[in-house]
Amino acid sequence: MAAAVLPTVRIQRQDFDVAAEIAGLTQGRADIGAVVTFSGLCRDEQGALSALELEHYPGMAEAEIGRIAAEAIARWPLQGLTVIHRHGKVLPGENIVLVVSASSHRQAAFEAANFLMDYLKSRAPFWKKEHHADGSEGGWVEAKEADDEAAGRWKAKPGT
Amino acid sequence: MATKLIYFAWVRERIGKPEEDVELPAGIETVADLLRWLRSRGEEYEHALQYPDVIRVAINQEHVEHREKIAGAREIALFPPMTGG
Repeated sequence: MAAAVLPTVRIQRQDFDVAAEIAGLTQGRADIGAVVTFSGLCRDEQGALSALELEHYPGMAEAEIGRIAAEAIARWPLQGLTVIHRHGKVLPGENIVLVVSASSHRQAAFEAANFLMDYLKSRAPFWKKEHHADGSEGGWVEAKEADDEAAGRWKAKPGT
Repeated sequence: MATKLIYFAWVRERIGKPEEDVELPAGIETVADLLRWLRSRGEEYEHALQYPDVIRVAINQEHVEHREKIAGAREIALFPPMTGG
């Protein structure tokens, strides 16, 4: 059994470079057979949105994502895990969130990335506010019940 | 002992401030008690917390249920369901 993997968790205003984050996990290693990345981007909703403003709870955002990442490492045989979530103003087409998971075989990396995103959606303390392209006041994005349900499905053991 | 309350998103906007220190009166034992007491503090609180079931709460930066006891809490955050990711 390899030494426990320490996840990298970053909460930042600036954009990230997906290729650089993958390289950061895999460089100099020959034991990783699979890398899965998920990037979440800001949509413009058919031209209606000019930006999203992401508010977050400093301190808890890092702590909660760290807890979710630790849970993923406990459940799947991962060799590396990076999670980055931006805050502040994000424009359509820009990145919002990144999950990179690495493992020997693909299934663990796929499932861990999926799990991370489902839990981030419903438990990481971030809130999106819309900025409308026509200058009218935008509102807070409402949480989707489907996201809670997506997180709930992981309560069963993997593979059951 | 003062407890720090922190508000986010539309809870923050409706209450009109990002945080405050409060002295909790005797008898406020659980998160649900706290929400009930806050609603009595003015119409801005009533507006923010009128549907307490939707309010999410964290004590010392960890999610808790409304039945959780708040004894020993340094920091209690109230916020809407999260929409990150």
